[in-house]
Amino acid sequence: MARFVLARLVQSLVALAILSVVVFVLARATGDPLHLILPMSASEEDYANARRYLGLDRPYVEQYASFVSRALTGDFGTSLRARRPVGELIAQRLPNSLRLAAFAMSVSLLLAFPLGVLAAVWKGTGIDRAAQVIAVLGQSLPTFWVAIVLIEVVAGRLQWLPAGGIGGFTSYVLPGFTLGWFVVAGMMRLLRSGMLEVLDSEYVKLARVKGVVESRVVWVHALKNALIPVVTFAGIYFSILVTTAIVVETVFAWPGLGRLAYEAISSRDFPVIQAVVLTTAAIVAVINLSVDCLYAFIDPRIRYVR
Amino acid sequence: MSAEPTGGAVADSLPAAPARARTGARGRRLPVFALSIIGAFVLAALLANVLSPADPEEQSLRQRFTPPVWDERGTWKHVLGTDRLGRDLLSRIIWGSRVSLTAGVLTVLLASAFGAGVGLVAGYHGGRVDAALMRITDATMSFPVILLALILAVTVGPSFVNVVIAIAVILWARYARVIRGQVLTLMELDFITQARIAGASAARIILRHLFPNTLNTLMVLVTLQVGYVIIVEASLSFLGAGIPPPTPAWGSMIAEGRDFVTSAWWVSFFPGLAILLVVLAFNLLGDWLRDTLDPKLRQL
Repeated sequence: MARFVLARLVQSLVALAILSVVVFVLARATGDPLHLILPMSASEEDYANARRYLGLDRPYVEQYASFVSRALTGDFGTSLRARRPVGELIAQRLPNSLRLAAFAMSVSLLLAFPLGVLAAVWKGTGIDRAAQVIAVLGQSLPTFWVAIVLIEVVAGRLQWLPAGGIGGFTSYVLPGFTLGWFVVAGMMRLLRSGMLEVLDSEYVKLARVKGVVESRVVWVHALKNALIPVVTFAGIYFSILVTTAIVVETVFAWPGLGRLAYEAISSRDFPVIQAVVLTTAAIVAVINLSVDCLYAFIDPRIRYVR
Repeated sequence: MSAEPTGGAVADSLPAAPARARTGARGRRLPVFALSIIGAFVLAALLANVLSPADPEEQSLRQRFTPPVWDERGTWKHVLGTDRLGRDLLSRIIWGSRVSLTAGVLTVLLASAFGAGVGLVAGYHGGRVDAALMRITDATMSFPVILLALILAVTVGPSFVNVVIAIAVILWARYARVIRGQVLTLMELDFITQARIAGASAARIILRHLFPNTLNTLMVLVTLQVGYVIIVEASLSFLGAGIPPPTPAWGSMIAEGRDFVTSAWWVSFFPGLAILLVVLAFNLLGDWLRDTLDPKLRQL
């Protein structure tokens, strides 16, 4: 088990290193940021000075080396636009994003579990069909459109909830729901197909023959094994959540990492772009690592593969 | 840091699913609903110049924000109403289907060709080649698609080609993962060993023996992902990093109507409905294909 975790850890670090190079190159390729920082009237000399001041005149390899060594200590440089330490910006925005993601995830889990299990148990009934409709809609609705419709109807016409920004609990409902729906859809389908498979197996039949109460058979015996594929895909869902968050945070004016990314890219603020992408990737990596370990823990067969 | 945590290894070690569980209520009947929607939109895309009632880019400020025909202020001239610049929405949606469908299909074809290639090579060679390719695949998968597309859009400027490339550059990884997993299972089978004994070259085994056996999976994945790509493309156009105006793209149409939702809901609503219908149709078709061709493939 320890060897498995170690191997996974090394793999994650290598992937992060590759990603840091890609991000660095891409950020440099997004055009000259000085055009956006300096006023129109700036002279050649102003450009040269600014370039030197920001360290943009040094060779790329050197820029990369200093970027990595400082990033490892949590120093991501200064935002070209906000003129503030990038670390500070991230520290300010990240908690908001995490809170929204946690809210969306818990809503999804609360909805997906009962729906997925009941859809399998009562296969072919109204509940099953309703669940299927919710699932396929969740995967087909464009998030930003749902966001606009919800803002207009729930926040605008009905005035039930705030339309955007971060505040009390009520401000979480609309963005959280928008963000979570896609995850609900995927998870529910996985649970349903997993449950259908497991409910058909010998050990579940044995449990029934032994006289175990049906509710216990479903929610304990069967669900335990049906969970395995859900755990496998938890990592994927998390990456999807991160991607979708960029759109959702932009529409709902949510002061999170996703909106920071959008703002940074539109103003070519590459210290921020690098930091946001790497932070996101690191979070995804940590989640995936824990998912893998959890997975190996649940299902011992995995530990010995590769 | 794989996005699909234990990848092929998991798929291989899971017990084979009983086929019975999958061929349930939504049996083998042809998905007529999905096929007719896709057919309608394909037709609209192909015959946009014939079908659309007006020029999608023609402005007429006097007729701006004309509501749809069933509203008392609506006219048959603009069945779904007009936008901020008085452009006919129905025509723009019809032309927009050309953009969305082409982007969807082209991106998925590029991504699947490259991804399947990587998956086949990795699965066939195994060992270090496999390990190296899979690390790259994992790194790619963990990169948020929209983030990359936004970066590319700012780098080289937003354009149709850039959107396709940006999405394909990330999307291939999914194909590589799944196909590699399948190839690993195929490699254990006797017919591959026999092909080897018969002296078939690596290229021949990959192309003639392995590739045809992954086609079912590939078709299911391709269908399911066309819908996903259409949504991503629309999200990018919505964020202003997709297909630049005045070309009618569904995502940017929704963005344009966003500030007027209260007074002119139809401007944002109908393009969104178009996206929903097309993506829904592709997802339903993909589900049906999976149930029919490849019941063991899990939800992807």
